[in-house]
Amino acid sequence: MTAAPLSLGRQRNWWAVHARTAYLFRRTSRLLVSLVLLLTATFFMIHLVPGDPVRAALGTTAPQSLVDARRAALGLDKPLVTQYLDYIRNLLHGNFGTSLISGERVTDVIKDRGPSTFRLAGIAFLVAILVAVPLGILMAALTRDSKRRPLELGFTATAGAIAAVPSFLTAVALVYVFAVKIHWFPVAGQGGVSSYVLPIASLSLGPIAALSRIVRVEGLRVLEQDYVRTARGKRLPARIIYLRHALPNTLTPTLTIAGLLVGGLVAGTVLVENIFAWPGLGTTLVSSVAQKDYSTVQAVAVIFGAVVLLANFAVDIALGAIDPRSTILDV
Amino acid sequence: MNQRGLSRILQALRTPVGIVASAGLLLVIVLAIAAPFIWSGDASRIDILHTSQGASHAHWLGTDALGRDIFYRVLVATRLSVFLAVLAAAIGAAVGIPIGAVPAIVGGPVGRLVTGFINLAVAFPALLVAIFVASIIGVGAHGAVIGIAVAIAPYYARLSQTLSSSVAGSEYLAAARMLGVKRVRLLTRHVLPNIAEPLLITSTISIGDALLSLAGLSFLGLGVQPPQYDWGRMLNEGLNRIYVNPEVALGPAVAITLGALTFALFGEVLAKAAGAGGARRWLRGELAEADAASVRAGVGSTEPAGRAGAGLAGAGATDLVLAVENLTVSFPGGAVPVRDVSLRIEPGEIVGIVGESGSGKTLTAMAIADLLPAAAHLSASRLCLFGEDPRALSTSQRRRLLGRSLAVVYQDPMSALNPALRVGRQVGEVAEVHQGSSKREALGSAVDRLRAVHIGSPESRARQYPHEFSGGMRQRAVIAMGLMAEPKLIVADEPTTALDVTVQQQILRLLRDVSVSRSAAAILISHDVAVVSQLCSRVVVMYAGRVVEELDVGTLVDGPAHPYTAALVAAVPTMASDRERPLASIPGRAPTPFDDLPGCPFAPRCPRASDLCRAQMPPLEQRSPTHRAACWHPMPAGADIVEEVAV
Repeated sequence: MTAAPLSLGRQRNWWAVHARTAYLFRRTSRLLVSLVLLLTATFFMIHLVPGDPVRAALGTTAPQSLVDARRAALGLDKPLVTQYLDYIRNLLHGNFGTSLISGERVTDVIKDRGPSTFRLAGIAFLVAILVAVPLGILMAALTRDSKRRPLELGFTATAGAIAAVPSFLTAVALVYVFAVKIHWFPVAGQGGVSSYVLPIASLSLGPIAALSRIVRVEGLRVLEQDYVRTARGKRLPARIIYLRHALPNTLTPTLTIAGLLVGGLVAGTVLVENIFAWPGLGTTLVSSVAQKDYSTVQAVAVIFGAVVLLANFAVDIALGAIDPRSTILDV
Repeated sequence: MNQRGLSRILQALRTPVGIVASAGLLLVIVLAIAAPFIWSGDASRIDILHTSQGASHAHWLGTDALGRDIFYRVLVATRLSVFLAVLAAAIGAAVGIPIGAVPAIVGGPVGRLVTGFINLAVAFPALLVAIFVASIIGVGAHGAVIGIAVAIAPYYARLSQTLSSSVAGSEYLAAARMLGVKRVRLLTRHVLPNIAEPLLITSTISIGDALLSLAGLSFLGLGVQPPQYDWGRMLNEGLNRIYVNPEVALGPAVAITLGALTFALFGEVLAKAAGAGGARRWLRGELAEADAASVRAGVGSTEPAGRAGAGLAGAGATDLVLAVENLTVSFPGGAVPVRDVSLRIEPGEIVGIVGESGSGKTLTAMAIADLLPAAAHLSASRLCLFGEDPRALSTSQRRRLLGRSLAVVYQDPMSALNPALRVGRQVGEVAEVHQGSSKREALGSAVDRLRAVHIGSPESRARQYPHEFSGGMRQRAVIAMGLMAEPKLIVADEPTTALDVTVQQQILRLLRDVSVSRSAAAILISHDVAVVSQLCSRVVVMYAGRVVEELDVGTLVDGPAHPYTAALVAAVPTMASDRERPLASIPGRAPTPFDDLPGCPFAPRCPRASDLCRAQMPPLEQRSPTHRAACWHPMPAGADIVEEVAV
């Protein structure tokens, strides 16, 4: 098929576009099903609590009238189906209900606390990608063709150890060194730029280690490919060979792992926020669990769960868009 | 797990990492069992005179708010920390493994539903699931263990699902099913034993994970509650004092890290042991793939013979496109796949290099194109490309020289193009880099070159990715890439081997047209004498890394002097071939790049070989102005090598 007629090319394009749309549709419906399952699970959570959750939250000394009033406010006296539909309808309107303990609107709590958590996680994610990808490519370039064996061993061992230590222990170590010993950064609290350094470092160090290892291995695989020899055969400068010819081919596995890291980062914020007394959703979640404020726990679980699902969705869509072969479209 | 698996694991445990991991694990187990018996008195002794102290000789890690020794408490807490982690992992496995095996046994919509549910559950971060479940059950050790078990279960389910679905397809399971074995029995007797080894590895690793998650929950105050204490709880209590007595927080933190790392490391050692068979297989594959360039240690090394390959290549004309003398390519480990090759190409000339695979022809071409693998070592008494020695140039000078004047066409067009870049970009790139064209200009010339190699509607093709091209079109695109500059030499390494027969002809014709129209010389490398004789005016025959004959195409057909060349020609069937007669083949195997025979490398396979052939390497002798051959007993004109073999 050396001189394929133009019409054939067009037809192929049409199929490619079609496959993309079908993929988008499949992936979107999977997201919707997942979201519904998430909402359902969080809805039933409050009903799975042994005994009366309102009584458990307010304590044995609370007057029955208060318990009844709170129950009514939460709609817990209505039939289950009505409650479920109300729950979904409220969530769609951005209404997360009222706190079992304080009677505050949970939506206000989330509006108040959410941004600082997502700022933390978002910056940590960006830092992780921006450090790990160049680091991994650099290591691949330095250790290709079995060169610099000691560097390779040192890098894989160090990165492996760092990746195995969870963020809250990294945080303790960082606080000890940088806040207690040399006073560079504050021990805790949210303030100026310097207060962000340690929490973000604790959150991103593990992902950086994990991701840069993957990028290096992928980079080594790509550098052995024939098309890199073709690029060398074109006598391109090393910079172009690495950045234009090798890097894009490491993107797919990098993005896949990055998507998985989002879940870990969200979980990490819960611990790291508690170490740094960060006024975010993580500290809210922990104190709500301790106080049995089930409606707030429910709301935070919905938010965190939705973030994870949306991040995975975004990664899959991005993979479908950037991979020209679009192998993912057949999945 | 079978006997071999066990011995493999024992072997892995004897490596340095294995010893560290096992020693660590042993220490953790011993501490978990013994520490509470030995030190629980010291750990719970209240000393109100020495509360909240820092590290001292009496208290290595200081004391807590009630004056209890933190070092002993860390040791004693090993039991609860590890016990709860093992318990959580065990419950997680007990729940997850059967769920994961369901799709393989039940199948159908129920199986798919379970699979979908597992996929969804794995997407959520384990710690969040654990917190969520723990909040339902209630804050405390109970809630934490069940929460972590629920969070871990999907991972076990995913694993057992993958493993059991591979087992489910197996024949013995089908046989068991046919014999009417009940489902539960099917699971316990046929599925589980086959997936035991990976599950063991996962369990070890997941205990480490559970240990960390539990520490996390206890640290958050959602796990173990006072008066009980585990490492996470102690970290929680110590963190407030990190400014005053950092060791109070660091002690438990180090304990958690070491405990978790021990399990992770042990799991990794087990996994390496299980994967060892696979790794060895991979290594073998690598070696086979490296073919002539393979590096096998311990085989005798060779020094290239220093004889000058005089004759045709001796002429020192500077207008030659290429002149190489005594080119030798060697690899560490003693492989010398190219020995003493001399070659000379005049402007516009098309020269073929033929030989069996492993004869060193590709490495010769790659050596000329400066594209040898990093491990290869090149030496040559003379190397002159376009009048300059590339070895004497700086990197950027060499890049400019080769980038403008040398085009390379590769063996496999399917892998030679970058899958992530549009074809037009890849073709035009040369102009951008070496001629300073803008992106738009480069694309314009790329379209122009794509048209020149007869690619239909080049404008839209240039916007496509390589996967949208057929093999023949990709090879055309690679050729177009070489035409971006003004090539004086085209090196084509088996350009048609990977293509269909019909496409082969088109590509060969294209190569010839390009060479003629741009008056570029070309080196065509092939194992196929027919292909070479069709296109080239002169042919170089290589055997075992050496040039054994160099002749014009007429002589190649009429009567080559070297028995090897004659055998190659005889191996090509023509329309005139006698179909009653078996197709000629050359008996025996070519020597490897490690063999350094004193005599003619072809002697062991040659019907004409004498003792002289086996003792001494014949020189490449001039037979006519266009003909050189290295043979002590050259073929007389008109002789038939096949009949000689038959005799």
